[in-house]
Amino acid sequence: MTQSSDLRAEIDRIYREEYGRVVASLARRFGDLDIAEDAAAEALLIAIERWPSDGIPPNPGGWLTTTAGNRAIDRIRRESLRDTKHKAAMMITDDTPHEPTGPVEDDRLRLVFTCCHPALAPEARVALTLRLLGGLTVEEIARAFLVPETTMAQRITRAKAKIKAAHIPYRVPERDDVTDRLGAVLAVIYLVFNEGYLAGSGADPVRTELTAEAIRLGRILRQFLPDEGEVAGLLALMLLSESRRTARFAGGELVTLDEQDRSGWDRTLIDEGHTLVRECLARVAATSARPGPYQILAAINAVHTDTNDARDTDWSQVVALYDQLYAVTPTPIVALNRAVAVAELDGPDVALAIVDSLDLSGYHAWHATRADLLRRLGRSAEARGEYDAAIAATENPAETAYLARRRAHLVDPGA
Amino acid sequence: MTQYLLSVHGPSSVWDTPLEEAQPMYEATGKFNDELKTTDAWVFVGGLERPETATTVDGTGNDVIVTDGPYMETKEYLGGFWVIEAADLDAALKIAAEASKACGGKVEVRPFAGE
Amino acid sequence: MTQYLLAVHSSSSDYDRSFEEMQPVFETVDRFNQKLVADGIWVFGGGLERIEAATTVDGTDGKTLVTDGPYLETKEYLGGFWVIEAADLDAAHQIALEASSACGGKVEVRPFQAE
Repeated sequence: MTQSSDLRAEIDRIYREEYGRVVASLARRFGDLDIAEDAAAEALLIAIERWPSDGIPPNPGGWLTTTAGNRAIDRIRRESLRDTKHKAAMMITDDTPHEPTGPVEDDRLRLVFTCCHPALAPEARVALTLRLLGGLTVEEIARAFLVPETTMAQRITRAKAKIKAAHIPYRVPERDDVTDRLGAVLAVIYLVFNEGYLAGSGADPVRTELTAEAIRLGRILRQFLPDEGEVAGLLALMLLSESRRTARFAGGELVTLDEQDRSGWDRTLIDEGHTLVRECLARVAATSARPGPYQILAAINAVHTDTNDARDTDWSQVVALYDQLYAVTPTPIVALNRAVAVAELDGPDVALAIVDSLDLSGYHAWHATRADLLRRLGRSAEARGEYDAAIAATENPAETAYLARRRAHLVDPGA
Repeated sequence: MTQYLLSVHGPSSVWDTPLEEAQPMYEATGKFNDELKTTDAWVFVGGLERPETATTVDGTGNDVIVTDGPYMETKEYLGGFWVIEAADLDAALKIAAEASKACGGKVEVRPFAGE
Repeated sequence: MTQYLLAVHSSSSDYDRSFEEMQPVFETVDRFNQKLVADGIWVFGGGLERIEAATTVDGTDGKTLVTDGPYLETKEYLGGFWVIEAADLDAAHQIALEASSACGGKVEVRPFQAE
């Protein structure tokens, strides 16, 4: 009994792991996402039926792709008989072999560009990427983004219908594409990561399935685009953030960088992230290309993860990197994060002047930053009001717990 | 290949733009059209007279009903359009971006239904 | 001769009608199209995919901005159209009347600007 449920769990794991590969291969071959997805689902049913007695095949991904391909051909043949005008039959002869791990296999890369096409609504891009490449179920995606399952299903159905009707291609776009296609893909992956890293709301402060999926997609992208600095930068940024994940929470409360137990950081992820950042720096030095925002953010995280004691952080380096980041993306949120580093370098009074000049009063982190700076300046009464405002503006329970503790520890000058 | 409608919309007042002001746009669009006509993408282009020149004809019932004015009253109206042929949406968007630049307006890209 | 746009509008729900239901309409429209071609007044004709397949491209500001969806949100959208050549509005109205009866919808007639 245990054995069979273990096997079923193993089949489900393989299926999810291989889903993107299977669907991407079939989508390229048959030019139709519905055919690809239906055939993948049929292949799963056959695997569940056969693998318990036949054993898991040595190349399960190849097995699933071949089986799903055969089911798709059967279906197209059936439909061709009903409708002689059906032109899909000609695609049956395209018998490109399945390459399970070789670097030439770029079907998933094609598909990620399709899923993140700028002609699709941004929220649909995220959902499609998680569904088609991540193999997450519609129910799982709906839960992760806290929308009803029917809403998420409609969003995905509508996006797939548009891909089909408007003929969005399954292709890696050309370099001279009119829009920033790679940027759109990176934005989707980072959004998935961030949604997992500090969930906007809901009971769980972290959704590891989303951070893990974003990193997996980042690795796939890196495999196919090894020379793209921003691809390496995004992967490094995610790895260095992920390395601190378990240290970020203690007893259901958010722990800020300076208070984290650094022995709890994942050294393997940090080493991998640092290697990527060094590679980016070398490329920037060799080509004099201006690094994009992901590379700069990764470099900032590399500085933070470079010391075993928060007090040894090279803050002048961090501020210099934020200056660079602000030059590339001059947003008030970047200015706010820069101000946090300025506080360490030039003192909380200088930082507070910067923070006060920013129009971010609807943003919880702005209030939390102000609260902390006011606390450090001994302006407890004002700090208390800002902690209240920050708590009111956040929905993440771990962050609320952290802010409430900080508020409770304020020295009351009146007492 | 798929046919796409590349349409441009504008409020009624657009048709009141003095010729001198509209001249650079006319010239840029004319140049774009001339170039497009030399490619396989070209199917049709036309700029419409102002929406007030529209008439609506209803021949679905027993009596023919002809009414002055467009089918729908909206803030903005179809001002003109291109019909192009493209391999996929990326190719269509590329032409649409050039069209938008030439005519100085946003361009809506919509596929025609297949045969 | 003047070119006229003969436009038909549809709501999203029109696209949900079954193929069987639409089959007679397709056939009538097909016959009407053949007649236009035979009479030498056909310039272009086509039915559009549902509005959800639309994309809007803004190339007016140097950088190209692509967004999902139509340029204007309205209750009904252009569903398809003909471009025809006619001597005058009366001739265009006559053709619009036949078009309206063939497709089962109101037809908006609008002249194109002369080249």
